[in-house]
Amino acid sequence: MNMLNIWFIMKREFGGYFATPVAYVFIIIFLLLAGFSTFYVGNFFSRGEADLYPFFSLHPWLYILLIPAISMRLWAEERKSGSIELLMTLPVSVFEAVLGKFFAAWAFTGLALILNFPLWITVNYLGNPDNGVIFTGFIGSFLMAGGFLAIGSCISAVTKNQVIAFVLSLIVSLIFVLSGYGIVLDFFSSWAPQPLVDAISSFSFLTHFDAISKGVIDLRDMLYFAALIAIWLFANALIVNARKAD
Amino acid sequence: MGLNNARFENAFDEAGDALSMTLRVEIEDLAKHFGEIRAVDGVTFSVSKGEVLGFLGPNGAGKSTTMKMITGFLAPTRGTVRVCGYDVSTDPISVKANLGYLPEGAPAYADMTPDSFLKFIADIRGLSGADKKRAVASAAERARVLNVMYQPIETLSKGYKRRVGLAQAILHNPPVLIMDEPTDGLDPNQKHEVRTLINEMAEDKAIIISTHILEEVNALCTRNVVIASGKVVFDGTPAELEAKSRYHNAVVLTVNAVDNTKLLQYVTSLEFVAEAEPLSTGNGIRVFPKDGRHITIPLSEKIREQGWEIASLYAESGRLDEVFRSITMTKTAGVK
Repeated sequence: MNMLNIWFIMKREFGGYFATPVAYVFIIIFLLLAGFSTFYVGNFFSRGEADLYPFFSLHPWLYILLIPAISMRLWAEERKSGSIELLMTLPVSVFEAVLGKFFAAWAFTGLALILNFPLWITVNYLGNPDNGVIFTGFIGSFLMAGGFLAIGSCISAVTKNQVIAFVLSLIVSLIFVLSGYGIVLDFFSSWAPQPLVDAISSFSFLTHFDAISKGVIDLRDMLYFAALIAIWLFANALIVNARKAD
Repeated sequence: MGLNNARFENAFDEAGDALSMTLRVEIEDLAKHFGEIRAVDGVTFSVSKGEVLGFLGPNGAGKSTTMKMITGFLAPTRGTVRVCGYDVSTDPISVKANLGYLPEGAPAYADMTPDSFLKFIADIRGLSGADKKRAVASAAERARVLNVMYQPIETLSKGYKRRVGLAQAILHNPPVLIMDEPTDGLDPNQKHEVRTLINEMAEDKAIIISTHILEEVNALCTRNVVIASGKVVFDGTPAELEAKSRYHNAVVLTVNAVDNTKLLQYVTSLEFVAEAEPLSTGNGIRVFPKDGRHITIPLSEKIREQGWEIASLYAESGRLDEVFRSITMTKTAGVK
């Protein structure tokens, strides 16, 4: 594994987001939606508490919609334009390419996340929040974004069509979020044995994200996201290898 | 033309000293099957330093598939590829490091500029600092893209896109250069420029170009491999390829004041003539020799013995398009 190659591919891919209006459109929409949902859906003011829980708790839903828009181009575009033949005949391994692209998308999402800092300033201006909790919230959200991106990147390698990649990623992401939602779990718990319900619940982003966003850093939650990212990216590399020339 | 001659002489000198002819690409029994379809079916050839190998064949013959296997993009169904001694199936990274490759259609990252694109390639090729700067500048200059370095690649014309692809392929001065239809879709001036560039680089590299443009056989190649339906049907020099033509050493003859029928009758009776036919255009006949012999001198002597006056007489070299058709069509017919 050549770290420099990963870095060069990441740099190129990251720059690619800003070569077109995609980056700016995405960041603006992300900030608007995040702000809107925090104040209107999350009742930031009426809760009367100085924290960013309303902001973070809606991130899974934001990501379901927005992350596939970032990840859909990662491999689908490369295959459609034929540049994958160029990339895969340069002296780089598939894993280096997969990681480079993934890190670029993750860094871009991280940037969009950091640009929400005015909210943090607002809440510090209005009250006396626990900034440690807010910090872990950002970490948790960033990790979860990585999970969504790994799913999206893998699915993007399955098709040459970005729209298909977007829709499929959205559906798979939805499944990963919904499996921790009360209504879904209730549906299972009425007939399924408790261990199965727990298993389904433990696969959900919500279950693991909720704890982190409340300031509880549990190694298991971290490991969950790390493992999830690793597995999807591994599958990503296998798919790229198998389908690059189709 | 001057360049061309220099190169041929060079290749000739090296041929005299077999040790200096280093094998750069060795392909053995290479095959790729897509389900039932045998796109490439047991191809064997090798390329040495100083050679420009023209890889010919009709569309769908397996040229691109073969190139994709040499460059490590496609895994072969069977057979081996070695580039500079490295086996592509066990050490693909070393193979790729020694290769410059221009894929068909010269794909690039459309939203980048040639400048940033070439810098990215230089990074990946392990060049940095002054070396990187020099490599990018030199490749851009040789591929003649200096005047479009800061325009997005997607806004460039087809010819410029191709040249950006070419700059990318030669950037790290690779010992082996593989180009899939480098002149396809270019106008005559651009074709000439690309050929000049390839000729300039030929001396110290092993080059494989695929093409279906037959004029490139003479303009570029020191050797040709023709494939049809996934199999090699010819491997030799351009001269040998031409010699396979029915028209090779045929003589076109025009005689004053003798009508064609009489001339044909006389000429076919000569012992060194296989057959003769009237020219499709105007007066005169074409005489085919027995066993591809040179017959210009004996033929002109015989004509003069008859007391006839020769208006024109010249020998033809082979016709590549006809050779191409005959060797690739019989192959296709044989498969069916």
